Amino acid sequence: MFKYAPFIMALFAPLSAHAASDEDLRNLGEQIKQLQDHQQQRILQLEQQLQQNVAAPPQNVRPASSEAAFNPAISLILGGTYGNLKQDPATPATGFAMSANPGHEQGFNLGESELVIEANIDPQFRGTGRFAIDPAGGLSAEEVHVQTSALGEGLTLKMGRFLSGLGYLNEKHAHTWDFVDQPLVYAALWDNQLSEDGVQIKWLAPATMFIEIGGEIGRGRSFPGTDRVKNGSGAGVLFAHMGDDIGFEHNWRAGISLHQTRRVNAISDAVPDLLNTTGGVSNSFTGDSRTAGLDFIWKYAPNGNVRQTHFTFLGEYFRRKESGLLTYDTATATATPTPNTTDSYAVTQSGWYVQSIYKFMRRWRAGLRYDRLDSGTAQVGASNATNVVSDYHYSPTRKTLMLDYSPSEFSRLRLQLAQDNSRQGLPDRQLFVQYIMSIGAHGAHQY
Amino acid sequence: MKKILFVVLLFASTFSHAALNIFTCEPEWAALAKELAADKINIYSATTALQDPHHIEARPSLIARARGADLVVCTGAQLEVAWLPLVLRTSGNSKIQPGNSGYFEAALYVTMLGIPARLDRADGDFHASGNSHIQTDARNFLPIADALSKRLIQLDPANTAFYHNRLQSFTQAWQAALLRWEKQAAPLKGTPIIVHHNGFPYLNNWLELKQITTLEPKPGMEPSAAHLAQVLAQLQRTPVRMVLRAAYHNPKSSQWIAERANITAVMLPYTVGGTSSATDLFTLFDDTIQRLLAGLK
Repeated sequence: MFKYAPFIMALFAPLSAHAASDEDLRNLGEQIKQLQDHQQQRILQLEQQLQQNVAAPPQNVRPASSEAAFNPAISLILGGTYGNLKQDPATPATGFAMSANPGHEQGFNLGESELVIEANIDPQFRGTGRFAIDPAGGLSAEEVHVQTSALGEGLTLKMGRFLSGLGYLNEKHAHTWDFVDQPLVYAALWDNQLSEDGVQIKWLAPATMFIEIGGEIGRGRSFPGTDRVKNGSGAGVLFAHMGDDIGFEHNWRAGISLHQTRRVNAISDAVPDLLNTTGGVSNSFTGDSRTAGLDFIWKYAPNGNVRQTHFTFLGEYFRRKESGLLTYDTATATATPTPNTTDSYAVTQSGWYVQSIYKFMRRWRAGLRYDRLDSGTAQVGASNATNVVSDYHYSPTRKTLMLDYSPSEFSRLRLQLAQDNSRQGLPDRQLFVQYIMSIGAHGAHQY
Repeated sequence: MKKILFVVLLFASTFSHAALNIFTCEPEWAALAKELAADKINIYSATTALQDPHHIEARPSLIARARGADLVVCTGAQLEVAWLPLVLRTSGNSKIQPGNSGYFEAALYVTMLGIPARLDRADGDFHASGNSHIQTDARNFLPIADALSKRLIQLDPANTAFYHNRLQSFTQAWQAALLRWEKQAAPLKGTPIIVHHNGFPYLNNWLELKQITTLEPKPGMEPSAAHLAQVLAQLQRTPVRMVLRAAYHNPKSSQWIAERANITAVMLPYTVGGTSSATDLFTLFDDTIQRLLAGLK
């Protein structure tokens, strides 16, 4: 019998254990009640605190963790333009056939649509990707760069593909332009905007006035560079900007820029010649290109409140000197009289514009711009003296009028009229209607 | 030449060590920093009371001032999202980048109101983290002062005792003022009002004003004639006592509605410098309450 005792006890053990847990449960119930009381007191305290709102604890909002938590800021700029032109936009400004001619799009076109993705990479770097949406489909990399955020001492380093910091308008993205198009001088001398694959360093002086100095080196991929694909750099830029406030209502910025590149076998098509060859000829230029620029902007807003009324005056001047060897009529092998003649060539071309934008009431702005180019007088080597035009005796000009309406921060509708006399004997009246809108993250705009 | 540059840099760096350089986004934080640090700091305020803090340009002077700042004090809650990130990024100053000790956001220390339940720009221009006009409730300055004082001590430990004393005397004076203001404002309790921009939820919450509607059809959108007519019709059903606007708002719309609905248009300083009597934080609220009380008559 006794030898079964442990077995029987073992059998009953769970029962006694149950008996014991009943007591525990009672204890637990009391503990819970205490806890509830305590919590109620705490809630009361918190409510009191909230009512007083004194020393309210900082909010502690924890977003649910997910892969998306580190998503970069993404925005899509939607732009579209309708252009009505009288002349063929492929015709370059008179005297600038050997320069860039980005021209205009006629009819309906998907203008400045682009996708922007940016975010901090880590405490040291920030990354930006800006892709233009080609009307034909596909994306092209407009700006893809990384930038330091923690160098300190006023230094910022940028690497990758970026818009050069020269001048004032060059760094502005197309959706922030005040007109549908760039000034003639930007179109002819920079193919609208100078973009570079390379490195940029900027230094901001430790002063209460804004003084910034910057330098860039790169492969010279965009006009007037000819895309150097070997060791070393193909183009260099130096710029300095300074600016300040005058009281609360006025502020300004002025700058000086220098650009230099070596052009190698730069081909220009449809260049007029002294023989009046139909459709022009193709010339090739190899030599140095040096450009200097000045820019000045002044802004005024009553009480400094830009939301109500705002006035902006902007002017820029660029002067480019090119010297080297020009090969006349590269396309023709044996035609008469003198194809493939190479001799020295040097020319200084310049251009400037001034523009004013007046925000006369909330949401509405009007703008006026005057453009002028000077194609200069080229010094043409003796062997090309009878072929190559040295002086066009014409100054291209353009007058532009703009009116835009912005229902919100994120949308803008624009009407632009231009009287374009940039091509001798081909005056053009241009009309543009444009929309620019953005969805997604909306980054801050540059000055 | 190099020597001259070196001397200039040396001077510049010793100069900046003389006192903390503080860059404030709005005048109320400049005034608070002054209460807490007196002459131990140099203050630069990026905006004035007559400027809309949502719409400021990242102009050269702001970038230059941010370059030399030891501490940036802003409202945060995306109020300055259109300009401050760019100013900070281009300043080349690593101390003041978000996340570092030189970057202070006041909105982190108060309970936010008006956090939107849905985020859609079809609803207008608003901020995901809530209404950012926190400075209209005087009670909010106590936790912010406490946090800002701690930050000053962290950046300038040599003057710990000084900052500590300043905080104590500010807190005492502010608590006394709060009692006074709340007593003065007692007649305002439950007063129905309308506002130009939805910029007063903290003031409404504090003084228990009852906001019926806004003149802006959607946050950040200028009142249209059609919307004003709707508001006017609404006021006939639900009468209000006054229409409030900040010093930087265009007075036209609130004057238009005030004339037709026969109510008082009240312009509030909104921040330090908004009116000639709002010269510091204390007079800011003195003036605010006086103007509200005058609006009752």
